[in-house]
Amino acid sequence: MKKILGQDENPLSNFFKQYGFSYAMLLPALIVVALVIIYPFFYNFRLAFSNLNMYRMRPFIREGILETSFQIGMQNFVRILSSSDFWIVFLRTIVWTIINVFSHVSFGIFFAILLNRDMKFKGIYRTLLMIPWAIPQYIVILIWRGMFNYRYGAVNNFLGLFGIERISWLTTPAGGFSASIITNVWLGIPFMMMIALGGLQSINPTFYEAADIDGASNLQKIKHITLPLLKPVMTPAIVLGVIWTFNNLNVIYMMTAQTLTDQIDILVIYVYRAAFEFYRYGYAAAFSVIIFLILLVWGLTFMEYMSDEEKAVR
Amino acid sequence: MALNRDSKFKRFIIHFILIIMVILSVYPALRVFGTSLRPGDMLHTTSLGIIPEGATFEAYVNLITNTPFLRWLLNSLIVSFFTVMVGISLASTAGYVFSRKKFPGRRAGLTFFLITQMFPATMLVLPMFLLLARLDLINNNLGLIIMYSTTALPLCVWQMKGYYDTIPDSLEEAALVDGLNQFQAFYKIVLPLASPALVITGLFSFMTAWSEFMVARVVMTNESMYTLPVGLFQMAGNFNTQWSQFSAASVLIMLPALFLFLSVSKYLVGGLTLGGVKG
Repeated sequence: MKKILGQDENPLSNFFKQYGFSYAMLLPALIVVALVIIYPFFYNFRLAFSNLNMYRMRPFIREGILETSFQIGMQNFVRILSSSDFWIVFLRTIVWTIINVFSHVSFGIFFAILLNRDMKFKGIYRTLLMIPWAIPQYIVILIWRGMFNYRYGAVNNFLGLFGIERISWLTTPAGGFSASIITNVWLGIPFMMMIALGGLQSINPTFYEAADIDGASNLQKIKHITLPLLKPVMTPAIVLGVIWTFNNLNVIYMMTAQTLTDQIDILVIYVYRAAFEFYRYGYAAAFSVIIFLILLVWGLTFMEYMSDEEKAVR
Repeated sequence: MALNRDSKFKRFIIHFILIIMVILSVYPALRVFGTSLRPGDMLHTTSLGIIPEGATFEAYVNLITNTPFLRWLLNSLIVSFFTVMVGISLASTAGYVFSRKKFPGRRAGLTFFLITQMFPATMLVLPMFLLLARLDLINNNLGLIIMYSTTALPLCVWQMKGYYDTIPDSLEEAALVDGLNQFQAFYKIVLPLASPALVITGLFSFMTAWSEFMVARVVMTNESMYTLPVGLFQMAGNFNTQWSQFSAASVLIMLPALFLFLSVSKYLVGGLTLGGVKG
């Protein structure tokens, strides 16, 4: 870091000399973030304690204030946490997240390991495997939805080739949930693959040479060299992956539109419907807060755990 | 990993697995392309083939002449362009100081950006929707641009910071000695070196704006203001959906995204640096 030049008498001007540039560079981002993230964040908290809904919307738009008569304290929270719906949806969200992230990470690492060697067509494979990531998500989902069609969909026709009975993917909750998971797994692999590939390339090849001299098998090499060294690269990606999957609005919402509406929602979709289909703004705001707190607690615990483990290794 | 030591058999297996995976990842896109070429009288088929008999571009012509597709395309292009511009300029400057400078609030800022990723979409969308409604910005591109560039920002900042971290700071020190000021050192020396990361950041912002559905659906209620995702979803939801038309639209939307993605894919391996959480 730069040394502080010439001790000014005025601590304030000193402060500016030292940090002015940093803050000036940050300012534009900060302004936008304050407007679009911080302000709504706190506003959402206020909403969460109100009973604003479609009927109370008009005076709200006109006056722009939440009248005190709208304030209903903790009622929204109590109602949400005491409903059995919440716990069912919560459980479903956890199942959804675990299956998806686990598949993303394991397939991602698996393909990265396969790709990380000199071989023919390596570049072509890599490019083509990235295609699921390159197509806008909603199109992919709508295409898959078509492919899960009972009569004409490619999936059932393909399974038919092996004599497997047609499955009603889009009309039963279990079918819809599986279809959504398949689609989402398909969508998420390339991202993890690219991250893992970047990580693999930074592993020093001498580790493997040393392991070869010691006569280690391929599996041993993967278990004792590759995976531990990938961990620091994969951890942030996994944290993000969990958050994104937990909060994934698109897949289930679009997959089930008009056929299974409401039946296999995960938390974030449940809230979306409460807000924009049932216009229960206050209730939805409170629900959002709960989802956020769940993720926050999980995130902090997870990172704490990871950094503890890191210390233990050292 | 040393490869020449892979046996022939092992190499065969690897190619075999990869080819199957490639087919799986390419098939849906090819399939939709095939569907878009189907003539109107044979939309329902149980064949798994790609190119249909009697392929025709009829659906594309229909799409462009009979639906507001071009209007939606224009909306999407406007929103995406400005989202990318705003996203890149904010992320490149903020990421730079997070990578290079020590200042009070640095750690807190980085952590805060990470935490914003945990907000469920509704948490920001709902208050923003009410705000936009109050400011009369519903059905206005500006509202979407603000939302998109900001919600993508935290990730872009992390991404840029991660890349700056890999550029040695001796370069700027030399520049400062040569009489450039701090901003010039950033702008003239470091920024050009960070172009791979800029490309990736731009790509992410573009993909956000180009494919976002849930927010656009709420904010754009007027058919002439729909962005492509909203328009297309509406099209797919119609009772008598013209599947070939829908597929034609998908292909046209997919192509620019695919093209952009593949043309920058060489940057993806090195340029995608989420950075250590430790910062």
